[in-house]
Order: sequence, then structure tokens, then C-alpha cells
Amino acid sequence: MSYAEIERQWTTRLRKRFVHLLPPDKLLPDTQPSYVASWIYVFGVTTMAALFVVIVSGCLLALRGPQWWHSSSVGHFMNSLHLWSVEIFFFAMVVHLWGKFFMAAWRGGRALTWMTGVVTFLTSIAAAFTGYLSQSNFDSQWISTQAKDGINATGAGAYWNVLNMGQMLMWHIVLLPIAAVALTALHVLLVRIKGVVPPFAEKTSVQTVDTTEMAS
Amino acid sequence: MSRQRNRPDVDVEPWKGGHTPYDIIKEGALALLVVAILTLVLAIVFGSPDEPSITMKSWSNAAPLDFTQDALSQLNQTSETATYGAPYNDNSTGQQLGPLSLAKWVGAKIRINTVNAFVIDPLKALPPQPGLTSALATWSAGSASTRAGWLRHYGTAATHLHVVKGSIEPAVTNAGPVPVLMQSLLTMARSGALDEALGNENGFYNTDYTLPLLFLEDGNYLGNQAERQHLGGDQWGMMNETGNYPGQAWLWLYTFWYQIPPFNSSGNGDVLVWALMMLLSVVLLLVPFIPGLRSIPRRTRVYRLIWREHYRSVEHPSLR
Repeated sequence: MSYAEIERQWTTRLRKRFVHLLPPDKLLPDTQPSYVASWIYVFGVTTMAALFVVIVSGCLLALRGPQWWHSSSVGHFMNSLHLWSVEIFFFAMVVHLWGKFFMAAWRGGRALTWMTGVVTFLTSIAAAFTGYLSQSNFDSQWISTQAKDGINATGAGAYWNVLNMGQMLMWHIVLLPIAAVALTALHVLLVRIKGVVPPFAEKTSVQTVDTTEMAS
Repeated sequence: MSRQRNRPDVDVEPWKGGHTPYDIIKEGALALLVVAILTLVLAIVFGSPDEPSITMKSWSNAAPLDFTQDALSQLNQTSETATYGAPYNDNSTGQQLGPLSLAKWVGAKIRINTVNAFVIDPLKALPPQPGLTSALATWSAGSASTRAGWLRHYGTAATHLHVVKGSIEPAVTNAGPVPVLMQSLLTMARSGALDEALGNENGFYNTDYTLPLLFLEDGNYLGNQAERQHLGGDQWGMMNETGNYPGQAWLWLYTFWYQIPPFNSSGNGDVLVWALMMLLSVVLLLVPFIPGLRSIPRRTRVYRLIWREHYRSVEHPSLR
């Protein structure tokens, strides 16, 4: 096999493109710009850590099936872990979102990073909502019967039936987690590729723009 | 290559300042440890709520008259479900967003005939009983106008009915088979058999609770229980959770609209709230491209709190 032939391989081309886009020192950096010095930056990684705990506690709940937690103190405790990790996840995520808003973190060609973050937030809301519908208790009875009117009014209720616990459970444990994790991964990769947005420039009237960063 | 900057809310200067050591793996590990411990502590201290679900059996035993009135509304097709429109039937236009009837356009994809689904079919599933079999046959043979007459008589009397030890009293005359059907359905519900009948619509295995949930919601019992748990629509509804738990606090904006006019008084309130939330979500998504909105961070200068160390070092180099 010739060198040219290897160079033409899909695998080679994909690897080279990926390494060019995200070299190892960008993917796993050992330094960061000195302006990254605020507690607000903690909430991004906290959101990811909470997402990990949400998934692990969800997997533990799944071990014995959807009814287990009603009849077992161990199962109920797993449910408590799941609930509180979700609460922490959303708290951290909302603080992260507002922090990034006030940093105008979309600047410098980072609009897609912002947008993937927003879509992840909305997807997470749907994931949590279907979790509340899948509890199979009074709470899910009430929430589903109240929520159906809004979703039915849009026409979506004909296909996405919040009163169908089986459908909601599948969305909660399969489809929406896959979407949330994939979007989170994409969001983090974009953060690593683009870097953390620098502060607003102040006290200078004419400045230069890094057009290579804008173009990428 | 450079050009003069004129878009401070879009562009950035390349960072020419210093860098500091950063251990991203250590940061992630510490965050995971802290979140795991915090989750553990909160779970141990506060636990989680698990209010048992309401069954047809528990409802019909706790509030038999409410159950009977609900069943009658299914039979005479005046219940919320019977008059809902899409996706359950064609009996209403449904909510409209201006000239748009979104639900109606999609159509009744989850078709429910409340007469059969909630009353007749469950009663047919019971073992043969002379009185009930005869009542079902009479109902089946009755014309639409005859049935309407029976239901009108029963409906007039229904305001004076009460239930004593599972028996609907006093007896209603001129209502054809309706009194037997109502009494049989109540007895069936109180035994738990109606839960089975409504839940087994699709055969032995079932995970779809559309029928029992709609039947339950059409009565007053579920709503009354929810009000007692501070879950009513005017109590910030479904974002709350049973007990003193935070619930889905992130739905506060969605729930907020239901508290104020015109959303809380309009017959199209649900679709209006959804349309507004969809619009706001799109606006949030497109903030980077919306002039004025994307300038808020720069104009409010909250960023100076976030990057105070940076600005201090820029403005007071001697403090570095």
C-alpha cells in the first residue's frame, strides 16, 4: 500500500482533520488565559459533573425496573439521589447560562457554542419533564393531565402523548439522555476548539480583530 | 490581517496576555466529588416524595358521587374529554392560535369514544349478570333520541343523588338502563375491576394510561387532591411537587404566564403560552444575532464583576 493511498483513506483524513481542529493540547489543556479567574467558571464543569451523577443514579434506578422505588427503601434512596442530582444539575446549568450571557460568550465566532448550550438546556428540560411523568405516582398523574392541554393545543399531543407512561419513560431513559449527552459533548468540544471568550476590551478606541478566530 | 473593530458584541480581540496553570482533569474530578457528596447529603437529609397514585378504586370509594357524576358525563358526552376535540375526537375545534387550529389540523389520532371507552366496554368485560346484561342490551337497542331521553331524566335527578354504602340513592325512574349502568360501573370501580378494564385496553401488557388518566381528570377528585398539595393551576401548578420539594423550578417562566391575563382567562391560554415560550426559546437561541439584545451584557457591565481581577490588573498594573 502506497503512502498516497493511505493518505486518501477516510480514517486518515478524518483523524488529520480532527487533530487539526482540536490538537491534544487544546482538548486537554494544561494552561488557561489568566482572565479565567472567577467562581462563575465553576458552574460549567459542575453542570457536567451533575449530569454524570444524574446518569449514574438513573442507571441504578433502572436496575430493578420502574416500580422498584415504590416498594424498596434502597430504591427510594436511589430515586432521592436521582432527584437531587437533577436539582443540582439545573441550578448549575442556569447559573452557567446566565454567567455566559453576561460574558457575551458568543463573541469571537462562538455563536454555535452558545446555541448548542441553549439547545442542551431545552433538551434537559424535556428530559426532566418526562422523568416527572414516569414516576408512576400522584405527581405524575397530576403533571401529565395538566401538561397534556398545552402539548395537545400545539398539535404535538397526537404523536407525543404525555398520558402514555411507556412512551414518556422511553423518551426519558433513552432518546432524551442520548440527545442531552451528545449535545453536551458537542458543546464542550466547541468550547475547547474556540477557547474561553476573552473579556470586553475597555479604554481603547481602535483595536484589532482576530479574523482567523472569527472565520473558524 | 486586521480591520477596524465596530462590532464589540460580536468580535473579540485575540488574547495577548498571560496564561496560568490549569489542570482540567483535576478540576473535573473535584467537581464530580463535590457534586456526588452534595447529592448524597441532600438525598439523606431530604429524601424524595412519593405520594401514591389515585386509582379508580380509591377514588370511587373516597368520593363515590364524584365518580358517578363523572361516569354520567362520559355517558352523556358532556365531560371534558368528550368535548375536547383533537387528538381525542372531532367534537370541538380546540384551541386556536389566531386563525390557526393546530390540533384540529393534525386531527384526532388518539380517538376516544367516552361512552364506550369509559362505561359500556368496561361493563361488557364483567362476568354476565342478569340485570347488567339486560341493561346493556337495552342501551344497545336504544335509538340516539331514546338514549338522550334516559340520560336527560337521570341527569335531572343526578343533582339530588347520594351514595350510601356503595349504593346510589334514591332510585331514578324513566331513565331506562342508565341507573343500572351507573350502579354497576360504581360497584365495578369500588372493587378495583375498572382499573383492570381501563388499563388492559391493549391486552395483557400495558404501559399506556391515557384512558384512566382522562377519566380521572374529568372528575373533581384529582383536582381537589392537587389543590391540597398546592399543585393547582393558580398555585404555580405543575412546576411544584408534592410535599416541600423544589420540583421543576426551571419551569417557572412557563408556569408564570398561567398566572396572569390574558393567558389565565383565555380559552386559548395553553396554545398562547406555548407559542410565547417557543418564541422566547428561539430568541434565547438567537441572542448572538439579535442587535440590542446581544448588547445587554456590554451595556449592563455585569461582566466587570466576572472579570474583576482582569480589569484590576489592566487598570492598575502596579497591583499585578
